[in-house]
Amino acid sequence: MSHVKVKHLSYSYGEGEGKVLKDISLEIDKGEFVLLTGPSGCGKTTLCRCFNGLIPHFYGGKMDGEVSVAGLRVSEHPIHEMATVVGFVFQNPENQLFALTVERDVAFGLENLGLPKDEISKRVTWALKIVGMEEFRFAAPFELSGGQQQRVAIASVLAMQPEVIVLDEPTSFLDPATALNIFQILKRLNDELHMTIILVEHRLELASAYINRIVLMNEGSILLDGDPRSILSQEESRLLGIGVPKVVRLFRMLRAGGIPFEHYPLTPSEGAMAIRRLVKGYDQG
Amino acid sequence: MIKVENVHYVYPNGFEALRGVSLEIDKGEFVTIMGENGAGKTTLVKLFNGLLKPSKGIVMVDGIRTFDVSVATLARKVGFVFQNPDHQLFCETVEEEVAFALRNMGFKKDIIEKRVKWALNLLDIAKYKGASPFTLSGGERKRVALASVLAFDPDYLILDEPTIGQDYSQKERLRHLVLQLNKQGKTVIIVTHDVEFVAECKPRIILMSKGKIVAQGPAKEVLPKADLLSQASLIMPQITQLFQMISDLGLPSNVLDEYEAWEALKGLRGMRLA
Repeated sequence: MSHVKVKHLSYSYGEGEGKVLKDISLEIDKGEFVLLTGPSGCGKTTLCRCFNGLIPHFYGGKMDGEVSVAGLRVSEHPIHEMATVVGFVFQNPENQLFALTVERDVAFGLENLGLPKDEISKRVTWALKIVGMEEFRFAAPFELSGGQQQRVAIASVLAMQPEVIVLDEPTSFLDPATALNIFQILKRLNDELHMTIILVEHRLELASAYINRIVLMNEGSILLDGDPRSILSQEESRLLGIGVPKVVRLFRMLRAGGIPFEHYPLTPSEGAMAIRRLVKGYDQG
Repeated sequence: MIKVENVHYVYPNGFEALRGVSLEIDKGEFVTIMGENGAGKTTLVKLFNGLLKPSKGIVMVDGIRTFDVSVATLARKVGFVFQNPDHQLFCETVEEEVAFALRNMGFKKDIIEKRVKWALNLLDIAKYKGASPFTLSGGERKRVALASVLAFDPDYLILDEPTIGQDYSQKERLRHLVLQLNKQGKTVIIVTHDVEFVAECKPRIILMSKGKIVAQGPAKEVLPKADLLSQASLIMPQITQLFQMISDLGLPSNVLDEYEAWEALKGLRGMRLA
């Protein structure tokens, strides 16, 4: 059974306002690592808000169709109940962290659940360890770097042990090495804990190597949905102005120039191998 | 020309953001300042328009020490677009926002009207001129902030992380715009850690790490140096990485983008490219 199920979802933020989402249907299985992308204003952030119940419970508006996550219908369960199955990480960790210590921030959601003290402490330790922030347990979040803050934000979501994590452009403010570190943490959560991950991201050159599916939105609808190689090599992706990784761009040019190859490479090392194969093929006649 | 001589900057909380920085930026240059989060990039450019004054050392703009003039005087010469547009937008409509600095600077009414119209069109926001900046998206607000600075036509244009929150087509438009402004003689200084954007713009790079300059030079010299970049938490452009992995095939190791790559691959055996 699908883990995240969206059926004929349409949404507008207010009566008489235009539809931001138009008849979206989407199914995501447990353990998928999905990248949700599309040009600014395509509706990807709005769709994310439907996964954890911010829509309709917080934003109101007019919602048609159905969204369920881990068997819970979003429209029937309040945000705090959805929070136990769906974790949400925002673009700017400053909007998410508010306590005086990292420990308190990570424990906050658990305290609200009324868990026993030792269970809370155990989970905080576990979550901080996964994101590599154990040594900052008693530090003040506002004294941390942006990357460290984002790791704490992820830990506070992890501590709830959700089945799905939704991240809305979590690396925008981070330098490339720090962004890569965040993607590697997500990949581990996906591989080792089989968490379903939905990542909204413009930095495809860094993220492409970690994901196993791309959902490409435009003007409130899903335009393309499939494995990263096939989506990124399609003309629509380029025309929409998606940040198609440069390696894919180069191989699109090579194919147009008449060079034959089987699969589109996504990363520099795959690209290097593909060029070696071409040269080798030529040398062997 | 902007001249920075052995500058240190210490924030009130004691954090030393700049630890002995010297550099020169000529009139008409296109420079990017790169480095990790917290490297001191934003602190450095805030010295250029006098928003911050050095704790030690000297910053000069066109021969004038920033100590000796008011921020208002410098602001006219050195336009600054903040990373977060909400730090500089406050008017009720987009049109008023773009006209605000011009009015403050005492421009005549007809000139203000012309300039505002020009800037709104240039950044493709004329359709929002009656709207409140706060109803716009983050990317649109950034364009309003840029328009309000371009309107008073500063000699130096500083953009702090202009590509954050912008999708690829918006980045492309931004790239064309800054290259065009630079061609018209404006000095453009961009603070960014967007390596692929820099690989496309090919400006001079000033690479910072932990409050110091660790390298300076043309993009073609700095971006192919993996060890220097990693010191500043940056990652080499994808195409450069690819070419360095196959340099044994006799290919150059400083290829920055797909167009240069195409030219370099033309000469490789087995590549009969049209």
